[in-house]
Amino acid sequence: MAEGSIATASPGAPPATDEATFFGFTRPQAAAFLALVVIVLASPFVVYPFFLMKLLCFALFACAFNLLIGYVGLLSFGHAAYFGMGAYVSGYAAKAWGVTPEVAILLGAATGALLGIPFGWLAIRRTGIYFAMITLALAQMVYFFCVQAPFTGGEDGIQAIPRGHLFGIFDLSSDFAMYWVVAGVFLGGFLLIHRVVHSPFGQVLKAIRDNEPRAISLGYRTDDYKLMAFVLSAGLAGLAGAVKALAMRIATLTDVLWTMSGEVVLMSLVGGLGTIFGPVAGAAAIVTMQTYLAEFGAWVLVIQGVIFIAAVLAFRRGIVGEIGNLLRVKL
Amino acid sequence: MSDTILETEGMTKEFRGFVAVSDVRLQVKRGTIHGLIGPNGAGKTTCFNLLTKFLPVTRGKISYEGRDITNLKPADIARLGLVRSFQISAVFPHLTVLENVRLALQRARGNSFDFWRPESLLKQYDSRAMELLEDVGLTGYARHNAGELPYGRKRALEIATTLALEPTMMLLDEPTAGMTHDDVDRIVTLVKRVAAGRTVLLVEHNLKVVEGLCDTITVLARGAVLAQGDYATVSRNPEVQAAYLGTDPGIAGSTQHG
Ligand SMILES: Nc1ncnc2c1ncn2[C@@H]1O[C@H](COP(=O)(O)OP(=O)(O)OP(=O)(O)O)[C@@H](O)[C@H]1O
Ligand SMILES: [Mg+2]
Repeated sequence: MAEGSIATASPGAPPATDEATFFGFTRPQAAAFLALVVIVLASPFVVYPFFLMKLLCFALFACAFNLLIGYVGLLSFGHAAYFGMGAYVSGYAAKAWGVTPEVAILLGAATGALLGIPFGWLAIRRTGIYFAMITLALAQMVYFFCVQAPFTGGEDGIQAIPRGHLFGIFDLSSDFAMYWVVAGVFLGGFLLIHRVVHSPFGQVLKAIRDNEPRAISLGYRTDDYKLMAFVLSAGLAGLAGAVKALAMRIATLTDVLWTMSGEVVLMSLVGGLGTIFGPVAGAAAIVTMQTYLAEFGAWVLVIQGVIFIAAVLAFRRGIVGEIGNLLRVKL
Repeated sequence: MSDTILETEGMTKEFRGFVAVSDVRLQVKRGTIHGLIGPNGAGKTTCFNLLTKFLPVTRGKISYEGRDITNLKPADIARLGLVRSFQISAVFPHLTVLENVRLALQRARGNSFDFWRPESLLKQYDSRAMELLEDVGLTGYARHNAGELPYGRKRALEIATTLALEPTMMLLDEPTAGMTHDDVDRIVTLVKRVAAGRTVLLVEHNLKVVEGLCDTITVLARGAVLAQGDYATVSRNPEVQAAYLGTDPGIAGSTQHG
């Protein structure tokens, strides 16, 4: 016991390292990401771009939501507010002001983020069910605002939103052209979220989720970090809504309705909370189901409900979580 | 610089009428190891929570380095160099041992809000973190998840993480609780060593440890200060003996023999 150091017993074999290969991805994640890129690039030649755009917008929305629940442990039940307001603002700017699509999209994302500041500030003071209730209540306020405000077009919403010319140059009126914008925003957003999770900031988020009092005792003002994560998540949800408004050429009350908040929870759950690829898989599953089961009308909801219950009971880790568990990798 | 680094006056905490800490006057001298002892439920941990603002005081005043800190936030207390540990070991279980220590270094040195920069930026702290881990004998565990460590080593990791902040004053809540005999000896040596050049306020049940480490001791019972002084003075105090007798004759025995 010279120098008073604690005697080192053999600590055993070091655990399997998941050292990052590039951009903070582990090897399996990098492989999965490459597969995702290939699918995103190839699918518009096989599947209707319009359907794919919807899918990617919701995938980005779910990724944004997952940033909060999966990495900070906060369940927001009001993310429709940021998604829907992003959609309204970008749709309105494109239609009424005739701004170019990239400006419309940025305005939508900024709306989500700005709305996230006061809402996040109010909500992060609570956790668990109280946090969920506050986010829901605030989102309901946004919904009623949208019902009343003239610029949203009330029950009709904003329809026939012009996609315009990207940077004033590239005509986006065809779905095929618009698809590449959506794909670019989706991949960009996905990488940004991955970067946030694997950044010095993301490291603090993990610590806060692990043991908040200890993080505080090390001098971290944990509320600031939670608020930052909230604002990032809200901004990305706004981004997803903004792109959706241009891609689908419509922004309506459905986008801000509480069912939309529920849907994004469902997508993340089905795909796998706290996995990077889970929300994408979950969104793909739910959007595909909604599209192809549309003929069953109201039964879609019932079928969704059953899937939700099955997911919760049988596949607790979600699609991607279960696959990762089978392959013993973190996806 | 004043001789007293931490001082409380009339520090009181009530939980819905139940007085957990009652009118405590505490003066901790700079550069000493000050023991805070007392039977279970005496209010020691509550005192720590009050001193570090994890709980607001009901009444009273706390000053640190001559500055009134009664109304500060807990994170800001830590930033003043007054860093606490917890009675139940507090590590970040899903982070590696190295990442645990790095997290403290990262806070002290900046860039914790950089969400757009890569995690690899934190590698700049690796060498300092490894030094700290070596200090507590955890080098071989650096890449393990902290949650997998045996209990004694979790406590060592906590101390390394706390030291990474280079605190002026450390509050340690039962650092040897639940440890094997060997581990206790190691922690005692470690505390003695890290206390050089710092002030330590130590809650401890093991009176052997207290006797070996502490320059001054404050005895709490039912929230109030029962006695204060060096080990010999305090252990001879009949009220202290009675308080310990009332709850744990084993400890009372060791008190008398001390
Ligand atoms: N948040 C709280 N709400 C209500 N009562 C509390 C709270 N925290 C502590 N108490 C009570 O205050 C008293 C003092 O508790 P405290 O944890 O400070 O004791 P302690 O001296 O640290 O004991 P131990 O040696 O067992 O750790 C106990 O009776 C406890 O039940
Ligand atoms: Mg205690």
